Amino acid sequence: MLHRESGVFKTSYAADMALYPLPIARWTVAAFIVLFAVILPLALHDYYLSIINLSLIAVVGALGLNILVGYTGQISVGHAAFMSVGAYTAANLAVRFDLPFWITLPAGGLMAALIGAIVGIPSLRIKGLYLAIATLAGQLIIEWVINHTPAISGGAQASIQVPRPALMGHQIRTQGQLYFFLLFFAALAIVATLNLVRSRIGRAFVAIRDQDIAAEIIGINIYRYKLLAFAISSFYAGVCGVLYTYYLGIANYEQFQIGVSIDYLAMIIIGGLGSVLGSILGAVFVTMLPIMIRLIMEPLAGLFFTAGELSSVVASTRLVLFGALIIFFLVVEPEGLNRLWRNIRNYFRTWPFSY
Amino acid sequence: MSTSMKWLRFAAAAGAMAVASSAAFAQEKELVFGLHCDRTGATQTVGVFLCPGYHDYISLVNSKGGVEGYKVRVLEIDNEYKVPPAMEAHERFKKEGAVLTSLYGTPHTMALTKKLEEDKILGTAPGFGTAAAADGKRFPYVFPIAASYWSQAAGAIAFIKKELGDLKGKKIGYLYYDNPAGKEPLVIFEDLAKSEGFELRTFAVPAPGVEMGAQVLDITGRFKPDFVVTHLFGRSPSVSVKELKGKGYPLSKVISFVWGASEADIKAAGGYELANGYNTIQFAGVGPDFQVIKDINAMYQAQGKGVPSAQEVSVFYNRGVVIAALHVEAARNAVKAKGGAKPSSEDVRRGMESIKGFTLGGMVPPMEVTPQDHEGGGWVQVWTVKDGKLTKNGDWFQAYRSVIQKHLAAVN
Repeated sequence: MLHRESGVFKTSYAADMALYPLPIARWTVAAFIVLFAVILPLALHDYYLSIINLSLIAVVGALGLNILVGYTGQISVGHAAFMSVGAYTAANLAVRFDLPFWITLPAGGLMAALIGAIVGIPSLRIKGLYLAIATLAGQLIIEWVINHTPAISGGAQASIQVPRPALMGHQIRTQGQLYFFLLFFAALAIVATLNLVRSRIGRAFVAIRDQDIAAEIIGINIYRYKLLAFAISSFYAGVCGVLYTYYLGIANYEQFQIGVSIDYLAMIIIGGLGSVLGSILGAVFVTMLPIMIRLIMEPLAGLFFTAGELSSVVASTRLVLFGALIIFFLVVEPEGLNRLWRNIRNYFRTWPFSY
Repeated sequence: MSTSMKWLRFAAAAGAMAVASSAAFAQEKELVFGLHCDRTGATQTVGVFLCPGYHDYISLVNSKGGVEGYKVRVLEIDNEYKVPPAMEAHERFKKEGAVLTSLYGTPHTMALTKKLEEDKILGTAPGFGTAAAADGKRFPYVFPIAASYWSQAAGAIAFIKKELGDLKGKKIGYLYYDNPAGKEPLVIFEDLAKSEGFELRTFAVPAPGVEMGAQVLDITGRFKPDFVVTHLFGRSPSVSVKELKGKGYPLSKVISFVWGASEADIKAAGGYELANGYNTIQFAGVGPDFQVIKDINAMYQAQGKGVPSAQEVSVFYNRGVVIAALHVEAARNAVKAKGGAKPSSEDVRRGMESIKGFTLGGMVPPMEVTPQDHEGGGWVQVWTVKDGKLTKNGDWFQAYRSVIQKHLAAVN
């Protein structure tokens, strides 16, 4: 990640595929764990933790979408709908059967995986933009069904209040407690994805993305793996929806509309398709950047404008700046933030003796 | 001195200024109000007019010495009508010590209901959110402080009854946006259809709500109702006015809920001439003929500025003013109750629950907010398009309170 690999030679395939390519990387990972699990929660105000919490939820969703779009090359604009499936499954289980989160969370994920695999069936015959439209239909159908089925949505308001998650009798409710709750699942999702993409399944996904006919010829059952990609991706989405539901304390289908699907696509495109680090960077970028822009602009613009004018100026300028920054980063590096990071790293690889 | 040293000094000075100014902000004699707003998202047609109204009223109060000596600082965060930014905004308000917040948008109100309760900060949700929130015992920190969709539905039927004389055997069509907010008043309509004996038929418009030719044709061609109630958002109210007019349905037989009731909707539909007769439900007074609006304009003129441009859509601007006024009134009650000491968010909640007889020269309905009733009575006023403007059509009224109460009790 952050190290120079000079002097490290690999002599086996296992070593080449290891999660830590360099021995020293263990220490970096340990340092990251300390930073996120100890230093940040101690050092930061609850408000800043709440921003990180939103990013952690987005990370899980973005990882899922990247498995489908980035690794398998199947376009989906129905990601938010799969989140809502997870959210309502968990909410119904939590309210009607009084089940704890460690049952509702995987249940929400599995239900989303099932629905995702069904919505993914058209991918067996169609590709590209046509598939995008088919998944768009999936998004709209799921939205409509939830909106019009009181048995799922819990009445005309289509929202179900869920109790806070509890761990060994303690309710997880403050931003600090939710931070650890979400951090655990985000870390789990990251490790799971890292392992998935270097496994047989992950390689099959990449083979399908690069050339599906060639993949079929070398013995990959593309029907099975395409549906599996949809199912795994939707599982992540479902878990993301459940986390979101527990975070807010309510499941509401209006939080999972088509615009959210687009937001997630933006995250992985900005972050970098087909990369785990890219998903994380993209999710953090899209969630945090508008907030950061505002936090920086408020005191600056406050020097020139009155309170009333300030809000209008900040709101519109923020939108313009955010858009401009997206364009800037994509022009500088169309392959996303992940590639940008790798370019920087490669530059310093031989620095200062780059000849 | 080297250039870098200069920069360093400059940065240090700027940093010191920033610290000093933020310290100045955190003074004792100050109350912080959190304002959720949508100036750039799906409903920005409302936000860009409503939020300036809120700010202008607060500026007016501050220019007159504040609330019982306390200056009000409004912290506005634009949520783009998305839920995650609203969550972030709430945490920010909490960090800055907001004593109350003004919510914006039904999904956001839903998402924040639990947080508000846990953090013990009240949120007002005028004209959106869930009707059940009128029940202060069940939702102690959410305050609709304006007619909910249930009360608007009851108001619409009462208005129709007044217009048609008797509802027995009459036909009423309900044209609504197919989302939770659009479906919410259905229970009230169905109940009243039974008790009043009219025939109800519903016509759902799917998102984004700009295509309703089929529904309107169904209304005007087949059902041929005696009256139509519309409940639409964003761009769709203007489309409904245009379509109904185009199919020859008299607009004087149409009444719209509060979010299809602004000057902007009428202009987008083709102007006052075309929309003549269109009835709208309002929860705040319309137009510039109120003392408080004149005071705001006088304040700006004294500063050498013109009349705020947001006043051109007075329906939303005035709502912003009314929301701000009720917030200020709640804070005033709280400060008074504490004998001048700085109120906490709990005190302000009790202050909100004791609002009574506050009318702002007829702009605010004669509402009475109590710990049981956070809606304040569900008052509405009907304004009708007449002679090129929205004209008041009768005074504030409440309708079918017993029916509303029955449904509120049934939610529990």
